[in-house]
Amino acid sequence: MNGLNRSFKSPEFYRRAESYKLLPLRFMRFDGNRYFVSGMGGEYLFMERSKLEQVVQGKVSTTDPLYADLLASHLIADEDSDIYRELVAAKYRTRQSRLPDWTALHMFVTTLRCDHSCQYCQVSRVSEDRSSFDMTPEIASKAIGLMFKSPSPCIKVEFQGGESLLNFDLIRYVVSEVKTRNDGRKLEFVITTNLANLTDEMLDFAEEHRISFSTSLDGPETLHNKNRPRPGKNSHGKTEEGIRRIRTRLGSQAVSALMTTTVSSLEQPKQIVDEYVRLGFDSVFLRYISPYGFAVKSASKIGYETEKFIQFFKEGLAYILELNKQGIFFRETYTQIILQKILMPGASGYIDLQSPAGIGIGGIVYNYNGEVYASDEGRMLAEMGDKTFKLGTVDDRYEKLFLNSPLLAMIHESMVEGVPGCSDCAFQTYCGTDPVFHHRTQGDFIGHRPSSAFCHRNMEVIRHIITLLEDDKEVSTILKSWL
Amino acid sequence: MGELRVLYRKGSHHNVLFFTERCNSRCLMCSQPPRDLDDGYLIDDMLETIPLMDPDTRVLCITGGEPTILGWRLMEVMTSVARHLPDTALHMLSNGRAFAYKETAKAMSQSGIRDIMIGIPLYADVASLHNFVVQARYAFDQTLRGIMNLARFEVPVEIRFVIHRQTVARLVQTARFITRNLPFATQVALMGLETIGFTRTNVSVLWIDPWEYREALAEAVSVLAEAGMKVMIYNLPLCLMPQKLWPFAQRSISDWKTMYMPVCESCTLKSECAGFFASAPFKYSDHIRPLLAHPSEPAA
Repeated sequence: MNGLNRSFKSPEFYRRAESYKLLPLRFMRFDGNRYFVSGMGGEYLFMERSKLEQVVQGKVSTTDPLYADLLASHLIADEDSDIYRELVAAKYRTRQSRLPDWTALHMFVTTLRCDHSCQYCQVSRVSEDRSSFDMTPEIASKAIGLMFKSPSPCIKVEFQGGESLLNFDLIRYVVSEVKTRNDGRKLEFVITTNLANLTDEMLDFAEEHRISFSTSLDGPETLHNKNRPRPGKNSHGKTEEGIRRIRTRLGSQAVSALMTTTVSSLEQPKQIVDEYVRLGFDSVFLRYISPYGFAVKSASKIGYETEKFIQFFKEGLAYILELNKQGIFFRETYTQIILQKILMPGASGYIDLQSPAGIGIGGIVYNYNGEVYASDEGRMLAEMGDKTFKLGTVDDRYEKLFLNSPLLAMIHESMVEGVPGCSDCAFQTYCGTDPVFHHRTQGDFIGHRPSSAFCHRNMEVIRHIITLLEDDKEVSTILKSWL
Repeated sequence: MGELRVLYRKGSHHNVLFFTERCNSRCLMCSQPPRDLDDGYLIDDMLETIPLMDPDTRVLCITGGEPTILGWRLMEVMTSVARHLPDTALHMLSNGRAFAYKETAKAMSQSGIRDIMIGIPLYADVASLHNFVVQARYAFDQTLRGIMNLARFEVPVEIRFVIHRQTVARLVQTARFITRNLPFATQVALMGLETIGFTRTNVSVLWIDPWEYREALAEAVSVLAEAGMKVMIYNLPLCLMPQKLWPFAQRSISDWKTMYMPVCESCTLKSECAGFFASAPFKYSDHIRPLLAHPSEPAA
């Protein structure tokens, strides 16, 4: 090298490798002539087909500018360095770093009773018969015992329904019992509720125990009330009032909202986003309806094709990005989850898009009647007569629920690393698996990817987000600010 | 005539324990070119000096040469610091290669020093370039293994990247590499070049006007910051970087070797600026200019 003092060796001296080997990599045609190539650690590169062919045939020269990118992204390795093994292993381990903690989310179904009769819900009962559909303290006590068998240093207790607040006495019991029996875990309590029955007494209790709320908000008044009928046709008003009361008492972060997309929602993504902005939220989760809760007969009324949902999602996201350009910081939650998986090395906390699947080991459900389910969707299926995801009851030993139940087979059969269609998918690291969905729609835990709505939807969403990241600099900066 | 060596100055934040002149790397731009001689007496001096230091000393820096070359004698010094200066933070500069041995990394975690950080350079995201810059085969693997081992034993690490003509081409990619592979690092320092030592020997292959790489620097900073990492810019004056980078710029040059150029006289941000190494007149940017008003305030 010209100008380098002769006592120093040239760059060539340190570039010893003459050939390279491929590390596990996956590729797919992205669009046009662009191929998307990703490695085990989650790094990706775009290249043209002819370049990709050179890569896999071992023909990329060490002086090609792409060569260093391939090495640094851990798509290839050469004999100049063998640290890649440890780095790739560390990245894989980091992505799975929540696994050893096991179950953090524990859902208590306090009652099946509900004052709403939402079309997309199959589990609730409009019944005054407390004894049939409420969880008893005896059952809750046993569930708490199982909960503390989890090795997780953080325990999140989520109260579910029906309408969870209709059995508020049980919530009181569980909170005080959990606090008394806590053996040093970090505790978090969340009440999932439609807020229609929120009293000042409940707010006092929530304030005292730092409990937060999660509610349902499907959009503007007309849409919300259509999706969520209750006597008085005033669900939206009740929800809005509840949100304001919680914020006044407990602060703006004490309540979050989730929306469910029905066929009526598809036409109004902007109005839904506007409603969330109007009510002072800084994010919305444009959430796909799951085919669990509603009976087959209402499927035609509220269900829709995946393609239509994708269109809805893209329109909603585009509108949200437009708001950001105008200086309104507002996020779409699913996009944020996918972005985190694409851009960050850490473990995702979102349990519905994991591999191994989050069922049982990410979250577990203690049903009102003492049955234990691997997921909320699993217990909804049970209400429709399919008890596949029932792990046992609160009378069972912890070890039996996890080790001598159908759970482990569901989890290992459905891991993306081994599922046909996922094992060689270039988006594998950013996606996850859903054995409950595939059992329900395709008859087994694995499913058939070319005809899976789960696969179709996630492929399109991930592809869309990567396109935005790559091809639109302004949008890319906005998206990165959501991390 | 006798010789006077200043080992410690009370009140300074830039007190340095100079460990050894020996090193197992030979970086193209080394500001303190290594010499292979038996300088163990430096440690003896240090062990005598440490008990005399002000216990209120906020920070001490260990530098060299490569401190880990001293093996167990390094631990002797650290134990002494832990005993006599329990409230002092220790910042050690090392090439990190010795920590590829787990036991060495473990020893660092057991020094008894409450607040320690080890600054370790990583000059590229690929082995051949890093190894060329430090003139040592296998150094890239050893350094990365060392950083991972220190993380394993929960010793805080600062990753240091010196920007010059040989490293600048992979600056942004190295930032990305750090976010993906070393996200556990406590902080990342992107550093301007000190034109002394070997840098003068190799100046024609190393020098690049920081003005030329300001966009790459901005991108590297945002890659790291967007990933949630703490990032700092060392040794660069404010007038050579885009204004959005000012919050990341540190006054990093030791007080006894900071200087300013004549043109800096009228600069209103001089007191917030890192300035220049005393060695800078040898070679410096063509784009130094006074910043006449604080941009957050209306211009006079």
